[in-house]
Amino acid sequence: MASVQIHDVRKSFGGFEVLHGVSVPIEDGQFVVLVGPSGCGKSTLLRMLAGLEKITSGTISIGDRVVNDVQPKERDIAMVFQNYALYPHMTVAQNMGFSLKLRGADKSEIDQKVNRAADILDLRRLLERFPRQLSGGQRQRVAMGRAIVRDPQVFLFDEPLSNLDAKLRVAMRAEIKELHQRLKTTTVYVTHDQIEAMTMADKIVVMQDGIVEQMGAPLELYDRPENKFVAGFIGSPAMNFLEGTLKVNGGQPWVETANGAKLPITAAPAAANDKSVTYGIRPEHLEFADDGIEAEVVVVEPMGSETQVVARIGTQDIIAIFRDRRPVAPGDKIHLRPRANSAHLFDKETGKRVN
Amino acid sequence: MTTIQTSMPEAGKVIPRSSAWDRLWINRNWLAMWFMLPAAAFLILFLAYPLFLGVWMSFTDDRIGRGGVFVGLENYEWLRDDSIFWLSVFNTLLYTIVASAIKFAVGLYLALLLNRHMPFKALIRAAVLIPFIVPTVLSAIAFWWIYDSQFSIISWSLIKMGLISHNINFLGDSNWARASVIFANIWRGVPFVAITLLAGLQTVSPSLYEAATLDGATSWQRFRFITYPLLTPIIAVVMTFSVLFTFTDFQLIWALTRGGPVNATHLMATLSYQRGILSGRLGEGAAIATAMIPFLLAAIAISWFGMQRRKWQQGTDND
Ligand SMILES: Nc1ncnc2c1ncn2[C@@H]1O[C@H](COP(=O)(O)OP(=O)(O)OP(=O)(O)O)[C@@H](O)[C@H]1O
Ligand SMILES: [Mg+2]
Repeated sequence: MASVQIHDVRKSFGGFEVLHGVSVPIEDGQFVVLVGPSGCGKSTLLRMLAGLEKITSGTISIGDRVVNDVQPKERDIAMVFQNYALYPHMTVAQNMGFSLKLRGADKSEIDQKVNRAADILDLRRLLERFPRQLSGGQRQRVAMGRAIVRDPQVFLFDEPLSNLDAKLRVAMRAEIKELHQRLKTTTVYVTHDQIEAMTMADKIVVMQDGIVEQMGAPLELYDRPENKFVAGFIGSPAMNFLEGTLKVNGGQPWVETANGAKLPITAAPAAANDKSVTYGIRPEHLEFADDGIEAEVVVVEPMGSETQVVARIGTQDIIAIFRDRRPVAPGDKIHLRPRANSAHLFDKETGKRVN
Repeated sequence: MTTIQTSMPEAGKVIPRSSAWDRLWINRNWLAMWFMLPAAAFLILFLAYPLFLGVWMSFTDDRIGRGGVFVGLENYEWLRDDSIFWLSVFNTLLYTIVASAIKFAVGLYLALLLNRHMPFKALIRAAVLIPFIVPTVLSAIAFWWIYDSQFSIISWSLIKMGLISHNINFLGDSNWARASVIFANIWRGVPFVAITLLAGLQTVSPSLYEAATLDGATSWQRFRFITYPLLTPIIAVVMTFSVLFTFTDFQLIWALTRGGPVNATHLMATLSYQRGILSGRLGEGAAIATAMIPFLLAAIAISWFGMQRRKWQQGTDND
């Protein structure tokens, strides 16, 4: 196990820069999730960590060793690929034991380590099968087994669950999390699914277009997103955004939308009167109130434990979630009030948080 | 095609009292027969018939222009005591084994090379195919000049470099002649092996190499444990073809040496042609050709059983 320091790392592919100075400190034993939209450079960063891509500039260290020029096999990392990359001509046991065999371990040691990993992952019955005889979830587990057997300093996962169906994905999510709690190996996990990020991470790194937008603990990002991108990316259903101008005429400040609705905020932000801002409010922070903003119900989605309501304010649709059951139907006029202390304010131009 | 009944019991129900003639046209199995008939006729006419005719002729004393009578194994008895025939068997085996082995080694090396990233990749790949595209007779003529006893460019260059003092008699000396025809065959055969293996290499997912790299494999180990085993099925196929083509080679030898000097490069195919067509003893020629069949079957059997063993790529899901 080891800490990992990614310091001001850049990557260019033939003059075209895709990572623009990324710094991520990772503590020993931490489970870090890199998350971001497709093409933002998550895989590239992970592959540089693994040594499969050259680092254009900046440094990556594992433990206290700078590994920029260290061969992949000397970095002592194990990677689980999105397509699993199992060797099709080897049995499950041979797949898992391959790295040990290359290292020159003797047969009994290989068997013992493979069996131990197989027990952890419940693969005992499958050891003599070939990859093509396994289901998707089983292949996924073999790929993890191959990583576990190595007992590496760092685990790398590149979207390991994206080829699985929704149900299996939830199950494997829990399994990987449990595995991490058990082995406590430093882990870097790439996904574009923010739910995976929220549920698994000790620390989430949100990336966009080759830069880090924000990093921190899942709830930190959820409760205090640094900018509009992170606010919109983390959380499902996504945060609602309403455009308006800031009003701070002494007393209680508020945000006024184009059609005159007054959106409450608590403290006065460090911003001038009449500034254009984006008001962000999560669906669960909207509540029914007679003095709220008038909205027309468009869609009602009862989920049992909660009810999602899509409502229209002026011309904009917003989503609200209610835990209590109310008889609302499409076409109804309702009044919604955002909870003032849960509102997020972002600068309209820069998208930066201002409250 | 929508009117064809797709299951037999259905057909039985729809046409309860169909005559045998009707059934012949409607029954699925019979229909399949009809569709296969043209292909089968074609194969019988152009493959099976000449093959059986050839085998039959080897038991007769046919000559060109005069039908023969059945003579049993007489032709084969003659061959058993014919030292030239045995020389041709030796030549053919030598030619096939040496040429195929070198074609495999060089072809595999080229394929690995071409599978890398490099500038002008498409151009180089196309260039590799040239020997394969040039008509055999044309390349034979080129080699004929290269091997010419007086004007050989190889001899000329070596003399200029001061390595030898006399022209090498490439096609006039037994061993030089053997080496020369083998080299020409290799030159012609390498592209087929290289391009086919390259196609095989490209089906291997790059992430397997990445996984192996992370698992600690050196480039030799990646070849030994990933590339080679994944390539064996295609190696088996391509080498079977290569061996069959080399074993039955005729054009190149005939254009370069006609089997000389003193039969040193006579292959079974060229000897069969010389005895059967040029000397007109069809029966004897056919017997030589027929004698090739066991060797060819053996080659096919070896590769077939070789392919049988690879469990990991078979279609069934339970062993
Ligand atoms: N070998 C390469 N050559 C050129 N450009 C590349 C190469 N690999 C990746 N890129 C570019 O780098 C950027 C980041 O790619 P990367 O694969 O890291 O994205 P990602 O965040 O993993 O996306 P996804 O979620 O779709 O996997 C993309 O714009 C991509 O086009
Ligand atoms: Mg990716």
